[in-house]
Amino acid sequence: MADSDGRQIDSINHAADGDGKGHGIVRAKTEGKELTKEEKQRLRKEKKQHKKNKKDDKVPTEKEKEKEKPSVQAPSKPVTQSPTHKAAPVPVSASASESLAAAEKPVKTKAELRAERRARQDSERTSKQGKKEGGQQSTTSKPKASPSELQPVVKRLPEHVQVDDPAALKKLAKKLERQQVPLRSDYGYKVSLFSHLHQYSRKNPPTQQISIPATVIHPSVVRLGLQYSQGIIAGSNARSVALLHAFKQVIQDYSTPPNEELSRDLVNKLSPYISFLSQCRPLSASMGNAIKYIKKEISNIPSQCKEEEAKGKLQECIDSYVNEKIILASEAISKYAIEKISNGDVILVYGCSSLVNHILCDAFEKQRKFRVIVVDSRPRLEGREALRRLVKKGIRCTYVLISALSYILPEVSKVFLGAHALLANGYVMSRVGTSQIALVAKAYNVPVLVCCETYKFCERVQTDSFVSNELDDPDDLIVTRNGKTHLENWQTVKSLGLLNLVYDVTPPDFVDLVITDLGMIPCTSVPVVLRVKNVDQ
Amino acid sequence: MELQAVLMAAGGGSRMMDLTYNTPKPLLPVGNRPLIWYPLNLLERVGFEEVIVITTKEVQKALSTDLRLKTDVKMKLDVVCIQEETDMGTADALRHIQQKIKTDILVVSCDLITDVALHEVVDLFRAHNATLSMLMSKVHEFTETVPGQKGKKKGGEQRDFVGVDVTGKRLLFMANEADLEEGLVLRKSIMRKHPRMLIKTGLLDAHLYCLKRSVVDFLVHNKSVTSIRGELVPYLVRKQFSKSLNSPNATEDSEKNQKQQDAHNNLELLSTGKDEPLLQLARERSCWNDHRGDMSEAYHGGKLRCYVHIMEEGMCYRVNTLAAYIEANRVAPKLFDDPSIHPTAVVTERSLVGSDSIIGPYCQILEKTSIKRSNVGTSTTIKEKVKIINSIIMNGVTIEEGCNIQGSVICNNAVIGRGADIKYCLVGSGQRVEPEAERTNEVIVGSDQLMEI
Repeated sequence: MADSDGRQIDSINHAADGDGKGHGIVRAKTEGKELTKEEKQRLRKEKKQHKKNKKDDKVPTEKEKEKEKPSVQAPSKPVTQSPTHKAAPVPVSASASESLAAAEKPVKTKAELRAERRARQDSERTSKQGKKEGGQQSTTSKPKASPSELQPVVKRLPEHVQVDDPAALKKLAKKLERQQVPLRSDYGYKVSLFSHLHQYSRKNPPTQQISIPATVIHPSVVRLGLQYSQGIIAGSNARSVALLHAFKQVIQDYSTPPNEELSRDLVNKLSPYISFLSQCRPLSASMGNAIKYIKKEISNIPSQCKEEEAKGKLQECIDSYVNEKIILASEAISKYAIEKISNGDVILVYGCSSLVNHILCDAFEKQRKFRVIVVDSRPRLEGREALRRLVKKGIRCTYVLISALSYILPEVSKVFLGAHALLANGYVMSRVGTSQIALVAKAYNVPVLVCCETYKFCERVQTDSFVSNELDDPDDLIVTRNGKTHLENWQTVKSLGLLNLVYDVTPPDFVDLVITDLGMIPCTSVPVVLRVKNVDQ
Repeated sequence: MELQAVLMAAGGGSRMMDLTYNTPKPLLPVGNRPLIWYPLNLLERVGFEEVIVITTKEVQKALSTDLRLKTDVKMKLDVVCIQEETDMGTADALRHIQQKIKTDILVVSCDLITDVALHEVVDLFRAHNATLSMLMSKVHEFTETVPGQKGKKKGGEQRDFVGVDVTGKRLLFMANEADLEEGLVLRKSIMRKHPRMLIKTGLLDAHLYCLKRSVVDFLVHNKSVTSIRGELVPYLVRKQFSKSLNSPNATEDSEKNQKQQDAHNNLELLSTGKDEPLLQLARERSCWNDHRGDMSEAYHGGKLRCYVHIMEEGMCYRVNTLAAYIEANRVAPKLFDDPSIHPTAVVTERSLVGSDSIIGPYCQILEKTSIKRSNVGTSTTIKEKVKIINSIIMNGVTIEEGCNIQGSVICNNAVIGRGADIKYCLVGSGQRVEPEAERTNEVIVGSDQLMEI
């Protein structure tokens, strides 16, 4: 039977290589056997389990702790006929034991992983047997099995979308207090649909409670946070690059305290900085990926490496990341994009995307004849900056506000959009207004091309713009004309709320092509790229 | 480390010699605390742990012995002494301590009393990577009568012309009336870059500056700059818009001018050295600009930027004249909540001490005395039936019975004889006023002090 085979293969492969994570795939690849449907399912479940365990290793629940002791012995024995009541707690406690073991030395993890996999196989076998035998056993095993099976799959919601939950807020406050990062308070009335998001005011800067020679938080991180909150550094690429620059300075000024290892201590040092930056402005997807990369690089530094050498290596890593993922990627994207720009084109762009500007400037240098229509929207009016850069280059431009979109669209031959992030289900997250542009362009049958580097690809899935977004300062919407500011006292009017959204999501049906540094792909291929990236890493 | 604090406490108080001929300015009592306590308190409240204090020997002694200063100030004070005789300007002092300066500095003057949120000034410095960031405040009109002043206030204070851009944060122009003989001259390059400029005259410079480290290095190379406020700040503000290194300057071809040019260009070199390629890339990719309407990038591509934070409301005083001193005494007690009557003061039952007066430690106030809107210093003895209204009594003063003191300043260790009637006078340090004297609007100082200019 496939199960017993699987167990044998298990033991062989455990001996072969130590990495428990890629086991399923390695097993399948090395053996070259055709995977049955249940094996595929099992592989997927294993991977999910591993991912969840690596996240949850800090919070073992009481239930898991209790069950851990009695069941430690159970997984080590090959159980042929495990009773159904054990089947349920075993996967849960196995995950707990594995999670606790993950914190300990790697030698133990191997055994735990092996044991845990065996236990899971057994439980699945028994649940299948139970199904065959009769409904009774399966019903008893199923409800017990299903909540525990579901548990590894449910992910924790990130804090920044749980602002209306007092428990989450308390947790955040405690965490910030522990890290000595000041908590920034929300401002003004929030529209009820978005009350689960933070809304900060520029008049309460995040530096109000930080001591003036910033000691807890590195000065370059404080400077970066200020620049984020005031909008001096805006735009996905700019934010990531500035973040990496600040981290370079942090690494340069870092010195390992005695009895600590650089690979672990430096990562701990970075956490309060990241909390502070997310208090200044919620992190973008590109920043999140950059942080993940740095943390991985830091923890991969071998312990016998000297401090200076390690620091130099990290600086190099950061430089090469920026070079590969941002600079060279934009060159590659512009090379692909130029094929799509033909002479006599009328190109519509929205807001100020550094990548799209770069593409257009490159195309102009390569003697393509086209003109550009820049669409802009309040309150940011970023299109003015895009307009300035394009006109400075010499490109013929037209400038309209988004309300004139359907008027101008009959003239347009192509729409180029930038993206803040590309989500795993193919949705494009970009500046608010982008989905409108894509929608109207679709109605007029104008092709919509989204340009995005691969490092902005995100594993999140979103189908609407409400779940996870960013609320900017509502006072930005207030405008003074002819000396009169009508919205000056908007807070006193009970029934009035000002909403300043920053992002929105565009469904993949409206996007015709995504131009990335890997090539030109349809929107639905984003999960493939993500999968390939994960395998590579 | 991000910032180092430097406290300039070596000034002589040249505009209120009557008060300072015996007591150095940093030790003048304001609200029963020495003047230097206020900036030190401001720095401590904000989070500084170390301050470099540039001062004279006398003040240094007091810093280690004065009770208030020793106990209240928990920061580490690194006191640098300079001789009183050498006429050192503030910039010279910075050059003097150049070795100690390792990072950007925050220069504070010892006579600043303010409750500003210091992060406003420092945030401008941080966010825009500025070379200079300073604090200014709207001038408050002094309402109290100043002893010794005959007639209306003469406009002796020369006005400062401060030009800021539309946002009110970027400093475009700064000149003192004294330097503008032919009139206010604005360079065309400034007008081209910032077509809308607001020029303000009613501003008080708080003498609080955040300076980049490269400025200190520049001072070391250019020994001709002596004063921060008088020379360095206007120079930096002008230099924001001067032609950059790259563009050749055809008019200046003599060698002497070339050397001067080199020395002055050092500043730009020093401040641009650190601009890393990543930072450049971030700025290029960022869709932000600080101005609209022309084709240039953010900050017009300039590397030198000066910013100012103008306080609209709140307390900001510079105690460098007698009028300011009196006003500060009125207002300063609001900055901290000490009990108005110090626990060690002995105040008898039948005397009346108003709620807006403060009595210092170890005072003795005998019966039937009434004290209204006044500050009484340490170890002062006030005998019976004395009426004190609207006055400032410093430390160690003895006031005999039956005196009537109104709107006056009585300095340290003075003795006011019995039954004297003093209105709007300034009694200098250690002076004696004879009994039954009647003085109005006079400055009573010793004869040997009259020779001091």
